[in-house]
Amino acid sequence: MIRLQDIAKVYPMGKRELAVLRGVNLNIEKGELVAIMGPSGSGKTTLLNLIGCLDQPTSGSYYLGGKEVSRLSSDELAQIRAQKIGFVFQTFNLLPRLSALANVELGMRYAGGSDPKRALKALDKVGLSNRANHRPTELSGGEQQRVAIARALVKRPPLILADEPTGNLDSRSGEEIISILTSLHAERGITLVMITHDAGIAHHCQRIIHLKDGQVVSEETV
Amino acid sequence: MKKWLLKKWLEPLETALISVATRKGVKRWSEPLSTAWVGVVTHKLRSSLTMLGIVIGVAAVISLMSVGRGAEAQIISNIEQMGSDLITIRPGSFTFGGVRGGVSETLTIEDAETISEQVPYVSAVASSYSSNLQLVVGGENMSATVTGITPEYMQINNMKIASGASFSEQDYQRGAKVAVVGTNVAETLFGNANPIGQQMRMGTIIVHVIGVLESKGTRFNSPDDAVYIPLAAMQQAVAQPRTPQGGRIVSTISLTVSDQSQTQNVIDTITSLLRTNHKLTASADNDFNIMSTEEIASTLSETMGTMTLLLGAIAAISLLVGGIGVMNIMLVSVLERTREIGIRKALGARERDIWLQFLIEAAFLTFAGGIIGVVLGWVIAYLVSSMGLMTTVVTADIVILAVSVSICIGLFFGFYPAWNASRLNPIEALRAE
Repeated sequence: MIRLQDIAKVYPMGKRELAVLRGVNLNIEKGELVAIMGPSGSGKTTLLNLIGCLDQPTSGSYYLGGKEVSRLSSDELAQIRAQKIGFVFQTFNLLPRLSALANVELGMRYAGGSDPKRALKALDKVGLSNRANHRPTELSGGEQQRVAIARALVKRPPLILADEPTGNLDSRSGEEIISILTSLHAERGITLVMITHDAGIAHHCQRIIHLKDGQVVSEETV
Repeated sequence: MKKWLLKKWLEPLETALISVATRKGVKRWSEPLSTAWVGVVTHKLRSSLTMLGIVIGVAAVISLMSVGRGAEAQIISNIEQMGSDLITIRPGSFTFGGVRGGVSETLTIEDAETISEQVPYVSAVASSYSSNLQLVVGGENMSATVTGITPEYMQINNMKIASGASFSEQDYQRGAKVAVVGTNVAETLFGNANPIGQQMRMGTIIVHVIGVLESKGTRFNSPDDAVYIPLAAMQQAVAQPRTPQGGRIVSTISLTVSDQSQTQNVIDTITSLLRTNHKLTASADNDFNIMSTEEIASTLSETMGTMTLLLGAIAAISLLVGGIGVMNIMLVSVLERTREIGIRKALGARERDIWLQFLIEAAFLTFAGGIIGVVLGWVIAYLVSSMGLMTTVVTADIVILAVSVSICIGLFFGFYPAWNASRLNPIEALRAE
């Protein structure tokens, strides 16, 4: 499903250049549940952004579902994000002025149109159908992240990317989130790539990829 | 019958609505619209302040232009009151924006007589000679335009006597020292007293007032401010000048046409007749100016139209300022919602989706502002009119112009912020606070 070949990402920093990724090679099969670990500054988020088509590599090739996407235009990338990729962020990134339901609907908005029934179903899936009309500020952190997961899965993408989904949560809510994500993976065969600092969480995954200084240093299968 | 007609019109309308309202059609428009709507209502104070700029601009355009249009309409109706079959000849070699220039003493009573005798379709001809004279009654005195007239003048110019009498045939022939005065003159000189039969000193002669004219309302060249005496009497009040050939000079010749379709024909005939009589060479300009009421009306309304546009242009400046306000707010709004833009992009929004959202929001603000502005402008115009300050006329073209300009301003000034928003890098946008 995901094939990265010699991916490098260099950011200009004033006169110098900062190499965040230096030659990453990675294959992720359809339906895999993968954790990415590594110290801060190792390029985890940059890698996830590249996989999520939010960013483009400086060099190297990226095949997503067999299609080379590293040189597409921003609108073509937007289409891929709309159709194939669901994001779950550490900071939830819900729109504060919209209700939970409207936030979930937003997830379908650019993928072909909203459907309140489907959005409500997705909320039900994360156990929040009774909070549909609450605003994010009226929800706890764990509930907000569940809304964000509903938003990511409502368009039924084959790939969900989560950037430290439990990073801002207490351990109990974190466990809830992880169990929702893993059960989604199990039920629907969604490919799930997740960044985490928590080795306990990583061990829920099938494979752990360790990143350091912009390179894959080791992989372990759980 | 009615039912059938209703059906005939409703059915195609319904089909059209249904075809628009297919799921895809509605979605295509309702979603960006509802997004923009949410953007507007979630910032109520800011949105209404932004709108206020447009409201004031549009209201200013509507009310100022309605004043211009009102003046235009009033002038035209005044001229129509004068009679549309009227032709006026004045001395002078050229006109420029309604101002006559050149030699001003070329028309004579003899010209009027020739026209009356030789030009077909002319039903009545009158000559007049005007001069500004000091009028004195007891302690009161005023300066007014005194016009010596020939018998047909009153009829041709639609003037009616309100009280007293008009001049008799004899008065005209003998040059009797009698006067008919306008209402304003009567009021100024005689106050509440009955002016009929009173004496009045006019320049070097003394005249008896025998009649007061019907008021024609305030307008330019209103007979309300004038005094009329027989032309023969005028020749005694002031030394009426003569041309080198000995013709008695008049200041206007006015005439009516018996068949209005012949108006242009009559103008042409008179022109060539007067040119011959005045011995003008083929290359010389006319030394007189001949115009039908219709022509005067169209010239004046053209001038007033320019004035209306000028007023509108001044008001449009405030509309422009309002537009800059819209741009300002939209730029702030884009900055403030950078994170939202990032989220939307991560969810798959294309550049077009983003700029459409902000552009619709800007257009919505200015459109709503435009509508409110039209209502406000209309109310102002109505109040100005009903308080009797000025005549105002709100016409459909002004309204359409103001609303479409306000929408265009929204699109124009909304475009840059919207485009800015659509170009944001999603990762950086997501990182924004």
